[in-house]
Amino acid sequence: MKKAGIIMIIGSLLLLGLFKFPLWNIMLGAPQYPDPLGMDIYIEGIQGVEEFDIQNIDGLNHYIGMRPIPKVEDMWEFEVFPLVIGTMVALGVIIGLLGFLGKLSYKWFLGWFVLMSILGILGMYDFNLWLIDYGTNLDPKAIMKLENLDGTPMTYKPPLLGYQKMLNFDVDSWPGTGAYMIFLGMILTLVAFFVGKNESKKAV
Amino acid sequence: MKKPFNILYFLIIAAAMVSCNNGNGNDSKNKKGQGGLSTNAAERVYVAPGEHDEYYGFFSGGYTGNLTVYGLPSGRMFKEIPVFSQFPTNGYGYSEETKPMLNTSFGFVPWDDSHHPDISQTNGKLDGRWIFINGNNTPRIARIGLETFETEEIIEIPNSAGNHSSSFITENTEYVVAGTRFSVPVPQKDMSIKDYKGNFKGALTFISVDQDTGRMGIKFQLMMPGFNYDLSHPGRDKSHGWFFFTTYNTEEAHSLLEVNASQNDKDFIAAINWKKIEEYVNNGGGTKVPAKYAHNVYSDENHTATSTMIDEVLSVNPLDVPGAVYFLPTPKSPHGCDVDPTGEYIVGNGKLSADLTVHSFTKMLDAIENERFDGEAYGIPILNFEDILAGVVKQPGLGPLHTEFDDKGNAYTTFFISSEVVKWKVGTWEVLDRQPVFYSVGHGMIPGGNSREPFGEYFVAMNKITKDRYLPTGPELEHSAQLFDITGDKMELLLDFPTHGEPHYAAAIPADIVAKNSKKIYKLSENEHPYATLSSADAKVERNGKDVHIYMSMIRSHFTPDNIEGIKVGDKVYFHVTNHEQDFDVPHGFAVIGANNSELLIMPGQTKTLVWEPKRVGVWPFYCTDFCSALHQEMQGYVRVSPADSNIELSWSLGED
Repeated sequence: MKKAGIIMIIGSLLLLGLFKFPLWNIMLGAPQYPDPLGMDIYIEGIQGVEEFDIQNIDGLNHYIGMRPIPKVEDMWEFEVFPLVIGTMVALGVIIGLLGFLGKLSYKWFLGWFVLMSILGILGMYDFNLWLIDYGTNLDPKAIMKLENLDGTPMTYKPPLLGYQKMLNFDVDSWPGTGAYMIFLGMILTLVAFFVGKNESKKAV
Repeated sequence: MKKPFNILYFLIIAAAMVSCNNGNGNDSKNKKGQGGLSTNAAERVYVAPGEHDEYYGFFSGGYTGNLTVYGLPSGRMFKEIPVFSQFPTNGYGYSEETKPMLNTSFGFVPWDDSHHPDISQTNGKLDGRWIFINGNNTPRIARIGLETFETEEIIEIPNSAGNHSSSFITENTEYVVAGTRFSVPVPQKDMSIKDYKGNFKGALTFISVDQDTGRMGIKFQLMMPGFNYDLSHPGRDKSHGWFFFTTYNTEEAHSLLEVNASQNDKDFIAAINWKKIEEYVNNGGGTKVPAKYAHNVYSDENHTATSTMIDEVLSVNPLDVPGAVYFLPTPKSPHGCDVDPTGEYIVGNGKLSADLTVHSFTKMLDAIENERFDGEAYGIPILNFEDILAGVVKQPGLGPLHTEFDDKGNAYTTFFISSEVVKWKVGTWEVLDRQPVFYSVGHGMIPGGNSREPFGEYFVAMNKITKDRYLPTGPELEHSAQLFDITGDKMELLLDFPTHGEPHYAAAIPADIVAKNSKKIYKLSENEHPYATLSSADAKVERNGKDVHIYMSMIRSHFTPDNIEGIKVGDKVYFHVTNHEQDFDVPHGFAVIGANNSELLIMPGQTKTLVWEPKRVGVWPFYCTDFCSALHQEMQGYVRVSPADSNIELSWSLGED
């Protein structure tokens, strides 16, 4: 199970990319913004793509009553997510190591993968809840209160994934480098499971 | 769908131009120079919406005192940079921060006549760090930074008058050079004008430039005989280390110069070995003499200018530095003094001569070495004309003024009287082409034309007379420039475009050298203005006797504070306004009713100050003048002005009921 163990270790270490690269990226372009404004969402907080993007997005959002983009201290997620990811990396490495030494069944690899998938889905769910809250929980004293054609108040939830036109803005929401690294890492842990399965069959 | 429409539109315009000119019933000259229709000229100057020009063109504003920025080849104007003149458009020269920029030994001088811009160089190539320009009337040199396109420094030139043979730079921007057109008594004194001859002096000033900061300082002034030093250019490459000045009025006439200064068959080009003088000065040479001149520096950190008065200057007598100064006889009151890209040829554009005189640098050195002198003037050796002559361009036109060079060994000379541009071959002196210009061209400009490496793609003629080139606008007209394509054997007229003020010279540079460095905002976190309001929580109003300081911030779409009470008639109110935006192209303006100065146009991250002296009791509004946002109209506030003896306390607020 040596090969599978190594793949498992590499796979889980790839998650460390989240501490360096953004998980998600949202870009806002408009006629007045040929260079779009953008935010990079990291597990440890939200940063502007360019130095003053967050300030400028907040400046625009205040017209329609959206709250400022949360700072690190405003959301528990930015404290918990790094802990969860750190724990999962440690867990993955330990499992991989024990697998490498033959002290664990390859099934643990799948177990890790399933746990990570559940956590990932929970994370996405939580992220979407925040987007909904951010886009719909508007200041009642907002300068511009816009309505949809059917008379309901307009809301501004950015898309979880993909493109959406919102007023004069073209909003693009796509996974960032960090997300691709988790994706790759998780695939590797799955590969580790199958390789481990093969290796243990041979061993038998 | 869009493109064919645009082409059609321009074809129609081009057709209209051609037919108008035919309609004038002018001679064949007109047709020759303006055949735009058959040559797709329109397409070649057309910069499609959203696309950018190839070159930045910096045109002096002449009697606007400023510098205008155009795109080439489109001829579109992008910006007017205030330099020597007050500019109510953005408050330059009106705001407390920028008033010191216009300080001189004569006090506050709100206007000048700007002439010759020159872009900084490294190794004889344009580097796009700074552009320099001279003020002619109250002698000054300005340095404009090409990250901000703002005037960063102005230095006054003492002992000078009519600062015309300026501002030309040496090929590593070691010096920016300023020569006097009018000689004057040095030091100034009460004397009879009739005693001009032999008593007036012509100062040639060498201003050193710090390579990191661009900071200027007068290194030395060379006190030359009392001629008129008209134009100048640096030697380059092989002649680097020399500087050449044309002179007229070597007769030293003091009245009716149009006759009395046109008598000598030959005037001079003064050749100055500045490296030699620099060495002399570095070894303690020269005399410190009393002088009075202002040195004004603007800082991007505190957005404020300071003016320092300097009280002495290092004066150098040319006779004290043997071998540093020579006169090259040059026919008939030469105007432009131009050096080709190799540095070998020095062209004297004898404006009253029919011929163009070209001197050879190599022959000049040879004549100096062999002491082939033809007398001296005030102790300065005059070189023998025939010994230094490289060649003569015979009868190219009437009234030659200026010559520019391309990168293929051709020269282009402007002729004021015969109103044409003539292309000739450097070395063979053969005329290759001539094109009429409309009308009476002054300077011509090729991007990089004053450097070792010109970009020989376009030639811009800056014409002195506009007449019927555009729709009439009453007696007073803008000047007119004409753009030629010079890539072929024949020059081809592509475009007319009006230019603001009276551009004398211009300088152009490939856009990619400059555009990438252009600043978008000033960082608020780096704002060190003593009256900056860095956070809206710090907005406040303070009274100090009759002076009231309002620390105000602005962001889309409100001022903090926007209600102010406790101001009294007779107060001097300082509005210190800080723009809190950190987004590209979101300036805010500030204007208050009855202000006796101007508005302020404040860039993101910047602080500017306007003084307001309320004279009447009442409640007076102020507002943002730049349509900044959808709620721009709401960006306003009120100041309550009470009688001088009232005891209403100062108060200020935003958003309170």
